[in-house]
Amino acid sequence: MTQATASAPTRVYKDYARPLWRRLLLTREAAIIALLVIVYVVAALSVRNFAAPITITYLLLDVAAILFIALPMTLIIITGEIDLSVASIVGLSSVTLGTLHQAGLPIEAAGTVAILVGIVAGAINGFFITVVGLPSLAVTIGTLALFRGLAVGILGTTAVTDFTEFWTDLAKSKIPGTPVPTVMILFVVLAIVFAVLLHFTPFGRGIYAIGLSSEAARFSGVKVEQTKFILFVLSGAISALAGIYYTLRFGSARGDNATGLELSVIAAVLLGGVSIFGGRGNIAGVIAGVLLIGILGSALRLANVTSDVINIITGALLVASVVSTSVLAWIHRKRIGAGIKKGPPSPAQD
Amino acid sequence: MSDTPEPPAQPTAHAVLELSRIAKAFGAVVALTNGTLRLERGSIHALVGENGAGKSTLVKIIAGLYQRDAGEFLLEGESVDFTSTAQAKEAGIAVIYQEPTLFPDLSVTENIFMGRQPRGALGMIDRRAMKAEALALFERLGVRIDPDRPTLGLSIADQQIIEIAKAISLDAKVLIMDEPTAALSGVEVDRLFAVARGLRDEDRAILFISHRFDEVFALCDTVTVMRDGAYIATSPIGDTTVPQIVRQMVGRDVTTLFPKQEVPIGDVVLEVDGLTQPGVFHDVSFVARAGEIVALAGLVGAGRSEIARAVFGVDPYASGSVKVNGRMLPKHKPATAMAAGIALVPEDRRQQGLVLDSSVSRNATLAIRKQLARFGLITSAAENESARVWASRLEVKTASLDTEVGTLSGGNQQKVVLGKWLATDPKVLFVDEPTRGIDVGTKAEVHRLLSELAGQGLAIVMISSELPEVLGMADRVLVVHEGRITADIPRAEATAESVMFAATHTAGEAA
Amino acid sequence: MTRLGHLLKQRETGIALALILVVVFTTAKNPAFLFSSDGWRDLLLTPSILMLVAVGQAIVIITRNVDLSVGSVVGLTAYLTGRVFIDLPGVPWPLVFVIGLVAGGLLGLINGALVAFAKVPALVITLGTLYIYRGINVMWTGSDRINSSDMPREFLALGTQSLLGIPYLTIIALVVLVIAGWYLRTQRAGREFYAIGSDPAAAHLYGLKVTQRVLTAFVVCGALAGLAGVLYAARYGTVNSQAGSGWELDAVGAAVIGGVAIFGGSGTVWGAAIGAYLLLTINRALPVIGVQDFWQRAVVGVLILGAIVLDRVLAVRQSRRLTEARDR
Repeated sequence: MTQATASAPTRVYKDYARPLWRRLLLTREAAIIALLVIVYVVAALSVRNFAAPITITYLLLDVAAILFIALPMTLIIITGEIDLSVASIVGLSSVTLGTLHQAGLPIEAAGTVAILVGIVAGAINGFFITVVGLPSLAVTIGTLALFRGLAVGILGTTAVTDFTEFWTDLAKSKIPGTPVPTVMILFVVLAIVFAVLLHFTPFGRGIYAIGLSSEAARFSGVKVEQTKFILFVLSGAISALAGIYYTLRFGSARGDNATGLELSVIAAVLLGGVSIFGGRGNIAGVIAGVLLIGILGSALRLANVTSDVINIITGALLVASVVSTSVLAWIHRKRIGAGIKKGPPSPAQD
Repeated sequence: MSDTPEPPAQPTAHAVLELSRIAKAFGAVVALTNGTLRLERGSIHALVGENGAGKSTLVKIIAGLYQRDAGEFLLEGESVDFTSTAQAKEAGIAVIYQEPTLFPDLSVTENIFMGRQPRGALGMIDRRAMKAEALALFERLGVRIDPDRPTLGLSIADQQIIEIAKAISLDAKVLIMDEPTAALSGVEVDRLFAVARGLRDEDRAILFISHRFDEVFALCDTVTVMRDGAYIATSPIGDTTVPQIVRQMVGRDVTTLFPKQEVPIGDVVLEVDGLTQPGVFHDVSFVARAGEIVALAGLVGAGRSEIARAVFGVDPYASGSVKVNGRMLPKHKPATAMAAGIALVPEDRRQQGLVLDSSVSRNATLAIRKQLARFGLITSAAENESARVWASRLEVKTASLDTEVGTLSGGNQQKVVLGKWLATDPKVLFVDEPTRGIDVGTKAEVHRLLSELAGQGLAIVMISSELPEVLGMADRVLVVHEGRITADIPRAEATAESVMFAATHTAGEAA
Repeated sequence: MTRLGHLLKQRETGIALALILVVVFTTAKNPAFLFSSDGWRDLLLTPSILMLVAVGQAIVIITRNVDLSVGSVVGLTAYLTGRVFIDLPGVPWPLVFVIGLVAGGLLGLINGALVAFAKVPALVITLGTLYIYRGINVMWTGSDRINSSDMPREFLALGTQSLLGIPYLTIIALVVLVIAGWYLRTQRAGREFYAIGSDPAAAHLYGLKVTQRVLTAFVVCGALAGLAGVLYAARYGTVNSQAGSGWELDAVGAAVIGGVAIFGGSGTVWGAAIGAYLLLTINRALPVIGVQDFWQRAVVGVLILGAIVLDRVLAVRQSRRLTEARDR
């Protein structure tokens, strides 16, 4: 190591160690997108009616709720937290919508209140996690039960089904001339907003920093608690929005709407390349993950495969995707040849 | 420069541990070319070397964490090849790491005996016997710790003692202590040394890794020097001196390391008044002026880092005030402090200073991400541009701006952290142990940089536990003792004695 | 701190008292809750099946993992029980218990192997096996259903009858609980579960057989869920493809309420067991005291949140106390 001298030759720094194509194509997200395309093509060729426009319509209508909720869930998981209460907020929002509408409120007003309810629910999560300092896994297991319980408690076993036709039709309608449902417009807008937020704003940089090292983030002026709180509120709001859509699409508000949906969302997000440890992932991969599961489900249903097999395949995909990441990491370590069992500290640390 | 030096010839009868010509590489990174060490029973043997010298790798091979690529490893004359830490432990080798790893939820006793608890009928753990054994161990060590309490909340010093107790209960022949005094106060260091001497008198072998020469000379009987992954020399402690050891560590004579410039000192930039946090620091008041380098000296654990963190806003404080350029700052709000011009290069580079898994570019721009944004949007191009400016200004050695900062050497990591903070155009720069864990060459670069920054009008508050660094760099030395400022010594009057005295006595005594 | 004082401060004592209070209060409202022919029996019987699942879940959580697939395991083994009786007529019913244990253990082994060897977080793996196991269950069941007529009378009697006033199934569950509690407290391997959950890195460095222990924890959890499936079939007689659905969250909730820290390293199976009892008893008590049972889940949610807030408050207080003691 030379001692410091007055002037040294100025260095030239490469922006990236690897060429663009390697950075773009050798990623998990690229793998999932590739898989998505392959599955779609195979399904279109081998399953009758799969390529028909109406299939696409129903596929998108079916996964729309998951698509919506996957957006804030991605950001939450990147920060290293998790929100298991999203499906219960969907149910709560559904019940709010139904009860208020039944009491005479127009859908617009009832919908607004439902979203407010979602915001409050998200704030409750945020409060316990960022102010009291409890682990999000435990808190959202509790609020999963609490919110679902409130939803079921309010409506009991009844369902509200008399919604204005205008709205239920709108929920199921398509963009004229295409098989794409109208609700996708809203989704695309939200997806763009979230993608920009995550990838192109200081707020998004903060999210990745929190996920990789929340302590270092804090020492760099990132408002860790505030960021997480905002994310949980967003999650509540979007879940409530998804709840409105869900209710109108099926024309029925029930306390047990969307039970178990959180698992589908999390499975899709993880499949889409987001690491459960936090700090890694992007929106494109997640959208591909949701669509992949949706396409598989749709194609298999059309091929007369029962829904249980679809569940098995979803589960197997999830397991395979995380195990493969682990295996790749293990291979990488073996190549370094440290000859040790567990992850070594960087040798440059000597 | 000699070739591969031979260790001094000795009869092999007493050596408990003998390593010769150990080689180890991690892919393309060569960590050891000639790891050689001869450890005798009843000896406290120091192992010194700069960062990158290979000490850590050698120790991990001894401990069974890594496996050597080549070379001989003899334990009591027999060749061994450990494939796990458990094997090494069984063979009688114990390592006390800098950060002890205990089980916080479990009691002290269970921590010592986990996996080896004494058993009674039906294989049931005999708790009474276990506690009695623990008490006996502590008695032997001459320490007092409650065996029933959970290890959560114990001081690092106590945790180390528990690790040593573990080692003795395993009847360890070799105890390796890796920078054990880094986080200990004076009293705790004394206690540790007494324990070490006791172990030596029991005919065990202790390997003491440290860069604190005063401790090495106080405690050890032999010292081995390593440099650049190879063995350099071994000598009995009486036959060598600090300059000689430093020369062996660095490979050349080291002259002035601290190029201190004379800089005109301007107005008061930072005013800290009566800062108090119960149990941590009390009534701390000081100022820092533009162009001034103020050192915060004191023993480890005195509370200096805590004061810096409180001023910066990461930690809260109960009472007192902080003013930058006359404007009062709200407490516990780092973003506001940053906006007012305070920057903090933290003590723990890897956990607090850097996001290790993130790129150089992202790390270098994390603190200014809002400023880099146009219309609320930030791009990689903008980040890379800013990162490039600072990386070249500080001469960071990295393969690319996209490289994970965790793979850089300690010195280059520190440069990235500095670059990150300098990019915020601060008025007050706190640096906490700026050259810890950095090789000598980069150390000098950092010192030169700090002097330059002072010349440009920054007020610098430097926390350092290395007296030569403090005396060489500071315009004023503030000494902290147990959370209080005990002395404010101008450069001309600052000596090792005056600083150390203030560091070890209360304000009344130090006056 | 006297031994009695120490005992009173434990979480387990607290929720046991809460349980007693709930029973007393509800019985005051409606004596039949406790003092009827079925009242006492149901009080003890209904929660004992969940208790088994909660005990297994607690062991896994103590190692700093979680098993979300237990509900699916219960469903699968409940159906398996029925099928064994149908397809192997004359099979001695004790053997069916063994089959249930082994089947559950194997399902748990798959989880454990993936977690311990592939080093993937248990949350994700068991999320996947939750889907897979339930899918296999539904696929196997088809549109079928097991009815009580498919199972031998002695087996069903086990599900509803009592010995000296205590239902047989409760006795089985209690025996399992005592063995598990004893093992975790007095055996070296049991203590290692706590060590692994308290600090996995330290456990590795210590040389503990982490992989083996984690594997064991999941196998035991699966086996207990499997046993619970057999008990389910005995108790209810009818089994459809949705049996056990949602039980994983109830089991985690019971453990958390019972004082098992979600990040491992502390808590007891006793607490989880009492937690299971408290949870289900409150659910059954609600209609009696006039609250519609639709609010059950909300009550569960409040309990879980309350438990973890309490844990946090106590932890902060304890940490403060310990640090102050050190600084003195």
